[in-house]
Amino acid sequence: MAGVITRLNKAKRNTRAAQDPAWVRWSLIGVSLAFLGLFLFVPLAAVFTEGLRRGVRVYLAAFQTPDALAAIRLTLLVAVIAVPLNLVFGLAAAWAIAKFEFPGKSLLTTLIDLPFAVSPVISGLIYVLLFGAHGLIGPWLMEHNIQLIFAVPGIVMATLFVTFPFVARELIPVMQSRGNDEEFAALTLGANGWQTFWRVTLPNVKWGLFYGVILCNARAMGEFGAVSVVSGHIRGQTNTMPLHIEILYNEYNYAAAFAVASLLSLLALVTLALKSLIEAQSAEQTQND
Amino acid sequence: MKGRNNELVFYCAPFFVQPNPYEIISINTQKPLTYCRFAVILFPLMRIAREHSPLPGFRLTLGYSVFYLSLIVLIPLGAAFLKTAGMTWGAFVEAVASPRVMASYRLTFGASLIAAVINSVFGLVVAWVLVRYRFPFKRVIDAFVDLPFALPTAVAGIALAAIYSKNGWIGHYLEMVGIKAAFSRLGVVIALTFIGLPFVVRTVQPVLEALEPELEEAAASLGANRWQTFRRVLLPPLYPSLLTGFALAFARALGEYGSVVFISGNMPMRTEITPLLIITKLEQYDYNGATAIAVVMLVFSFALLLGINLLQKWSLKEWSA
Repeated sequence: MAGVITRLNKAKRNTRAAQDPAWVRWSLIGVSLAFLGLFLFVPLAAVFTEGLRRGVRVYLAAFQTPDALAAIRLTLLVAVIAVPLNLVFGLAAAWAIAKFEFPGKSLLTTLIDLPFAVSPVISGLIYVLLFGAHGLIGPWLMEHNIQLIFAVPGIVMATLFVTFPFVARELIPVMQSRGNDEEFAALTLGANGWQTFWRVTLPNVKWGLFYGVILCNARAMGEFGAVSVVSGHIRGQTNTMPLHIEILYNEYNYAAAFAVASLLSLLALVTLALKSLIEAQSAEQTQND
Repeated sequence: MKGRNNELVFYCAPFFVQPNPYEIISINTQKPLTYCRFAVILFPLMRIAREHSPLPGFRLTLGYSVFYLSLIVLIPLGAAFLKTAGMTWGAFVEAVASPRVMASYRLTFGASLIAAVINSVFGLVVAWVLVRYRFPFKRVIDAFVDLPFALPTAVAGIALAAIYSKNGWIGHYLEMVGIKAAFSRLGVVIALTFIGLPFVVRTVQPVLEALEPELEEAAASLGANRWQTFRRVLLPPLYPSLLTGFALAFARALGEYGSVVFISGNMPMRTEITPLLIITKLEQYDYNGATAIAVVMLVFSFALLLGINLLQKWSLKEWSA
């Protein structure tokens, strides 16, 4: 519905009353492009240029060191754990919030957004305060020889925290806008709860779900501040790709730092491409309904 | 007045949208007033009835959501507040109000504010251009606006540092006119501008798209020039979304760490942001100091989150009115 109105408005705006003079048009376009160029395109171009500055062989060599490979492996591992866990939570929270009325609903919705309001550094800090040597249950963990902070579990937890809202906040409005009618119809026709969820709800929200997942994944692989606090920076063991970039950069090994950075930039570009694709797809879906 | 109107629309909505449940009554009784009153009573009852929805899984999904939320978010956050509860008031004040910490607040808040203002001005222009004009590669550029959401902050940090350092592509021109961009406060503003760039564009864009062209036509036919139309007719409905975008960009900038540390130079009292100071305290095993500063930041962030929520409710209201 909103899409239809937007398109109607777009068509109507071509009347003369809503047209700006050409010089206004082109100077505003110029200002926008200069601003975006300065802050978006130049930095992105710089990553690839700096990475390739000393030739393709140096560029490729940056990925073949054991530390780099360990960092890539750890980044993938963290994402593989964190994204599905937050996906399951996102589905559960969206089902409860979009399909039912209950007291405290808006409070729950606000609390889900909470991690976005917390500085990444503080997101890491709270886990140190809980599980670190001086933390609340740190001494107990030490007694039982369990190391969570400055180890992989800590990195996973910090990543879970910072990527917590992504799937839920994408899904809730999509599910809400679909209403419950189709689910009621499925139940009336004899489907059970799971069948209704898998065959009716999930196909309806698939684009919103996919959208949330790729944003969640991009953040999980790229998180720096939170992971930096809990990682302990042990090379080859608790360094993720962003932390590896920091170490290389601080060692003045710029070519390698930018080479690894270019890999994460490619991830960002793929994320953006998928995002546009999903937006186009979901627009088509609402148009067909 | 606006509020009362909304309420009216709310209760009468089933009439306009889905008249069928009441149609039968209206045919039978032929008394519009009676069924209108009936509906006013019935509609809130229907809302309550929806709580007992025939859909399954309410307890399971709500229970799991609350459990997972507590485990990942609420309990760890509570730990931070518990930690400061163990501090004496004097120690707390000393930790959060020492000159070095105060300097970091000034920089963090000041630079975040400047960056959010820059983003509001240019974000509005970018949103306007993307909605209103046609030019080559528009869709690609539109997609690129979200780059700061997708690009890891550490990557942005080293890229910005490389460009704005004195040998960099842009830094070396700035150096010629005597401006030091990287390793200065200006560097902090640059990084925070990058981080907050998408917020204003993305909050203003949909509102701008939905503005009715009839308004502009009416203004033009009544003799307003283009600038007057913009100032008096187009801009006012954009204020709520503009303010929301501003607040979101500001909130994001306050906590930002990754993109800033590479370009700021991290000099105490001069270019040291508050999140970095938390890490520094932590590395010196000053857990209490780090936690106290974190709690101050958290309280401020939560207040901001609350403000943003209220703002969004307000803009939604403006939207429906």
